[in-house]
Amino acid sequence: MEASRAQTISLDQLPEGNWATVADVAVPADSAGRTLVLRLLELGFVSGERVLMVREGRTDRDPLAVRLGHTTFGLRRREAAFIHVTPST
Amino acid sequence: MSAVSAALTERIALLGNPNCGKTALFNLLTSSRQKVANYAGVTVERKEGVMHTASGRRIKVLDLPGAYSLNALSNDEAVTRDVITGHSKEVLPDLLVCVTDATNLRLHLRLVLEARQLGLPLVVVLNKMDRAKQLGIVIDKKLLARELNLPIVETVSLHAHGADELRALLDEPLREAPPAHWKPPGVEQVLATQRDVLGIFNRTVTSPTIDKDPSIRIDRFLMHPVWGFVVLALVLFVTFLAVFSGGDVLSGWIEDGFGAIASAVEANMADGPLRGLVVEGIIGGVGGVVVFLPQILILFLFILALEASGYLPRAAFLLDKPMSAAGLSGRSFIPLLSSFACAIPGIMATRTISHWRDRLTTILIAPLMACSARIPVYTLIVAALFPDDAMAAALVMVGLYVLGIVAAMTVAWFIKRSDKHAARSPLLMELPAYQWPDLRSLVIGLWERAMIFLRRVGTIILAITIVMWALYTIPSPRNSDNGMQRSIAGEMGHALHYVFAPIGFNEEISFALVPGMAAREVVVSALGTAYAMDGEADDVDEQLRERIEREWPLATKLSLLLWMVFAPQCLSTFVVVKRETGSWKQMWIMGGYLFGLAYLASLITYQLTALLTAP
Ligand SMILES: Nc1nc2c(ncn2[C@@H]2O[C@H](COP(=O)(O)OP(=O)(O)O)[C@@H](O)[C@H]2O)c(=O)[nH]1
Ligand SMILES: [Mg+2]
Repeated sequence: MEASRAQTISLDQLPEGNWATVADVAVPADSAGRTLVLRLLELGFVSGERVLMVREGRTDRDPLAVRLGHTTFGLRRREAAFIHVTPST
Repeated sequence: MSAVSAALTERIALLGNPNCGKTALFNLLTSSRQKVANYAGVTVERKEGVMHTASGRRIKVLDLPGAYSLNALSNDEAVTRDVITGHSKEVLPDLLVCVTDATNLRLHLRLVLEARQLGLPLVVVLNKMDRAKQLGIVIDKKLLARELNLPIVETVSLHAHGADELRALLDEPLREAPPAHWKPPGVEQVLATQRDVLGIFNRTVTSPTIDKDPSIRIDRFLMHPVWGFVVLALVLFVTFLAVFSGGDVLSGWIEDGFGAIASAVEANMADGPLRGLVVEGIIGGVGGVVVFLPQILILFLFILALEASGYLPRAAFLLDKPMSAAGLSGRSFIPLLSSFACAIPGIMATRTISHWRDRLTTILIAPLMACSARIPVYTLIVAALFPDDAMAAALVMVGLYVLGIVAAMTVAWFIKRSDKHAARSPLLMELPAYQWPDLRSLVIGLWERAMIFLRRVGTIILAITIVMWALYTIPSPRNSDNGMQRSIAGEMGHALHYVFAPIGFNEEISFALVPGMAAREVVVSALGTAYAMDGEADDVDEQLRERIEREWPLATKLSLLLWMVFAPQCLSTFVVVKRETGSWKQMWIMGGYLFGLAYLASLITYQLTALLTAP
């Protein structure tokens, strides 16, 4: 765990076409942020799950299409930033 | 409590994540035709129906909007939460049927575990079993039932007998649920549930690795920042080309048919008011609208196929950034797209937008998307502008649609500017698995559409047309000599003309706009009736277009087209806006700005064109 933590990046930093494993999800203090993060967790962005950065938009690299299991999700960078991942090598 | 356990099921509710097939199952169980499509947020209201169990008992079924969680984020999810937690006026269902997508249990099982906390008897449905088998997903049903301690049935909601197992299960006495009390879960609890889900999933489901899933490659192509937009533009262009050139042939046949009927009536019926009503009112008026059926069906064929394929959420993804420049998000895309069929379902679909500001903006601009009821008017006038050039006509038609979209984005941008504190709403949307449109569902969907259109023509449009014909006839019938004078319609048109003369509308158009508020197509039938009264019956079918082509100045044609792009829509749109926003003020704002925009656009167009084309 300690070793992998060192290489953890937030999901919005994951380059297009790369796989990663979710390390953890940050829980913000404000209520809007909490609601959003709760939904991310409910959708399955929880530690141990593998994710793939399928596509990122061209302008400001936003929004992002992220594959999680059998589903692809479209989300904004701001939303993806709560999710910390360990890129697969 | 032992009496309870012997009771039979009387009412069930379908609960599940969006897009798992609840509505498809509801339709199969109750022989209904509720809308099914391959994206989240299709069902936004509760819908009730009646089904028969295997033994023939009648029970009530409730279809609910999809919800990822009972922690509702949007209006539609809140409906579901309230119904099943007993916070609505509804009687609690005595059995919850928790529908899951068998191809994606990792996501869908969580809601099952959450629903177990409700203290209601529960059955788990593994839907889309056909797909799961195709994909090589193997589910140990016995073990899963044991792990969940719940009965499990498999269904294929698209097959005629796909729910037989469920029908049989509903004859069994209700199992008593362990008493429980649901509270909105917090982070810790969600994490704990997810750990349980993962454990159960790993023990009961074996699925092939998804790393090589072809849908990932399709996604990479369709959401490519360049190719994605090229594909989107092509899809839209092909749709419009098909609608506006493919429909012509079929429309021609219908026109000829009505011409023949008119001649036959003319030959076999004594001259008099009744013949006038049939030939001028019904054939000239209503017939003028029916000819657009093929075009409307082609539009719906494309919409239905796109909805079923799973492409639409990808288009929404592509358009998220461009739309956010106007202060909207990709989430507004599907409601706006639905508005091309009709603004009413479009406005209702905004319930899936969690952010009120975004939702209100989307509602206010939805009427700028050209609804299918405007097709007859657009086509008629554009055909009169370019009688011999289908390509030019198609391009102008696309232009009218684009104009509506550009205007909508501009209005949204102004709304955003007036509200500096608006927080950005999250996008976070599921892009579901691709699917080939199911042929049977497509045919049924089109049939439905044709029936809706013909019913509309046969009731509201026919009724209004008859009233219009009467107004044209009393006290003294319109004819080619007296024009509009001496009939009630003539007088009304004359009065309205004062308002509309500056934008170039003649008395016939001015009068047609009034009933056009009930249904757009009536603008065409009212003009058809007026012109039919001036001529012989056997050329009723050609008169309208030819007379417009010949008699209306270019400036008037263009002005009416622009009016149609912007003017406030039918009264039902007003009613829905009032209901969805709960505010008369918003309704008047919508009506007011659309009227102002329409009048201004038509005024400028008319005056400029008149100036430029003046001899
Ligand atoms: N292959 C397959 N597709 C299904 C099945 N049931 C539903 N679908 C498809 O799944 C999508 C979502 O269905 P819908 O009933 O609208 O889902 P809802 O959002 O849960 O009401 C549609 O494209 C359906 O055609 C099924 O049993 N098998
Ligand atoms: Mg549904």
